[in-house]
Amino acid sequence: MSRRSSTRRKALMTVLAWAVGLLLFFPILWTVLTSFKTEAVAIADPPVWFNFDWTLENYATVQERSNYGRHFWNSVVVSVGSTLLGVIIAVPAAWAMAFVPGKRTRDILMWMLSTKMLPPVGVLIPIYLIFRNLGLLDTRIGLVIVLMLINLPIIVWMLYTYFKEIPGEILEASRMDGAGLREEILYVLTPMAVPGIASTLLLNVILAWNEAFWTLNLTAAKAAPLTAFIASYSSPEGLFYAKLSAASTMAIAPIMILGWFSQKQLVRGLTFGAVK
Amino acid sequence: MGSITLSKITKTFGPKEVIPPLDLQINEGEFVVFVGPSGCGKSTLLRLIAGLEDVTSGQISINGEEVTLAPPAKRGLAMVFQSYALYPHMSVKKNIAFPLKMAKKSQSEIDEKVTNAAKVLNLTEYLDHRPGQLSGGQRQRVAIGRAIVREPAAFLFDEPLSNLDAALRVNMRAEISDLHRQLETTMIYVTHDQVEAMTMADKIVVLQAGRIEQVGAPLELYETPRNKFVAGFIGSPRMNFIEGHEAAKHDAHTIGIRPEHLTISTESGAWQGKVGLAEHLGSDTFLRVDAGPLGELTVRAIGDVKVKYGDTVFLSPDPSKIHRFDAGGLALR
Repeated sequence: MSRRSSTRRKALMTVLAWAVGLLLFFPILWTVLTSFKTEAVAIADPPVWFNFDWTLENYATVQERSNYGRHFWNSVVVSVGSTLLGVIIAVPAAWAMAFVPGKRTRDILMWMLSTKMLPPVGVLIPIYLIFRNLGLLDTRIGLVIVLMLINLPIIVWMLYTYFKEIPGEILEASRMDGAGLREEILYVLTPMAVPGIASTLLLNVILAWNEAFWTLNLTAAKAAPLTAFIASYSSPEGLFYAKLSAASTMAIAPIMILGWFSQKQLVRGLTFGAVK
Repeated sequence: MGSITLSKITKTFGPKEVIPPLDLQINEGEFVVFVGPSGCGKSTLLRLIAGLEDVTSGQISINGEEVTLAPPAKRGLAMVFQSYALYPHMSVKKNIAFPLKMAKKSQSEIDEKVTNAAKVLNLTEYLDHRPGQLSGGQRQRVAIGRAIVREPAAFLFDEPLSNLDAALRVNMRAEISDLHRQLETTMIYVTHDQVEAMTMADKIVVLQAGRIEQVGAPLELYETPRNKFVAGFIGSPRMNFIEGHEAAKHDAHTIGIRPEHLTISTESGAWQGKVGLAEHLGSDTFLRVDAGPLGELTVRAIGDVKVKYGDTVFLSPDPSKIHRFDAGGLALR
């Protein structure tokens, strides 16, 4: 390939990448812009881009009408809690699968993944009934459990691929160097596994934060996280786009900031250990 | 200190027997090389000695003490791996200090030993680097440093040079040999490269399919191989084997003659043939000669021999250097 055509190709790919990036980002941008408009401007036709009177009125109204702090705290507890619980359960599982695999390890992994293909609505009724009978409806502990369960396959898979990447010879070297099991885990395995565990934690906090199906269906007022907070603004008595946008912006801002600062770990997490 | 005795050890992986009953004595201070084609069980044997694999049956003792069931950490051996197996999250200094830290040595002793090892291995200026910042040869030296600081009963090397380029390999070979002379510690070295075996070993153990084919000093194996396998494996280029009528003349099923024990002439000789491939290296000439009914013979001549593809040449074996084998491949003496 000549240099000129390769440059042109590069330029084309850059334009394409920007186009896709903007396309994906556009809804978020539009939501943020709308949150600063008045309700009238928000539904104006043709749409107004930047040339409007910017206002914080929607944020003030949202703040007045709902308790953002409580929803935010619920989201934090549920996403962090379910992730931590998931990792505590998944680490030994992934450990065993990666370092002492059995004949059926592969099958178990595939089976775990297959549960992710189940449409959640298919098990909504049984889970709802179980939650009702156990008194878990509209509780944070209930949400922590259900989100942990739905994300557990992903957590196990991610940790499994990270652990698989740790060369067995390094563990053997530590044994030759006189390390017992405790020292091997403390000084060799854990430091090498920490980056993988960190990306797993991060990705799952985000997944749990954004989860809307179970959080909406299993909560009412007390345990409702930010997803429910957003949903409460799409009311049947009429749509208030500007307020809905303000609420959405407030709900996604924390997780977007977290994501922005941890892009590198996230990309590594999403490639599931395929790229070294 | 560092004698190792293997008695009747076996290893099976599921239904597959990798090591049939095997006995071996390794004496204190010896440099022993396990050599054989890939899959011959040489690495498995080393790992059994290290304790990284459990023997299926039999006994292993180190310095007269039975260690068959002891974990690797309790055997007092050090190992250098093919992949180096350095701890990527630790500096060179910490890598080398790790076994001492595990042995709960005092900080001052650790510092002293690490400094000494670094000096011996030319690693002083890299002590604060991470393994990822080092070249292959340097990493290999760190792995060796980590092994020598503990003053083990024996060193185990698992194909330590196969990830290095050719020039570096020759250097490291010399360095490991020097190290053996200085430390006078038992070393067991696994390789598939018979040149490494010949140049470094006091004693070579030739393995095939988990079985010991022959144990002996390098030249002993070269001069008096016990069977056809050893004869073919030791020496480069490979020994020529001739069967049939020519072998029968020597009362053997097969005769073997090394490429360097054939004299080449353009006028007269015992066997006639046509030159196939001719490799002129200046110091040596390697020829592949199609000797008709005898098959293709490899010849190594000293200096440059002025022949080229298609020339007719005559080959004469040195009669005192002909090896004779029976139908089962065993050497006839």
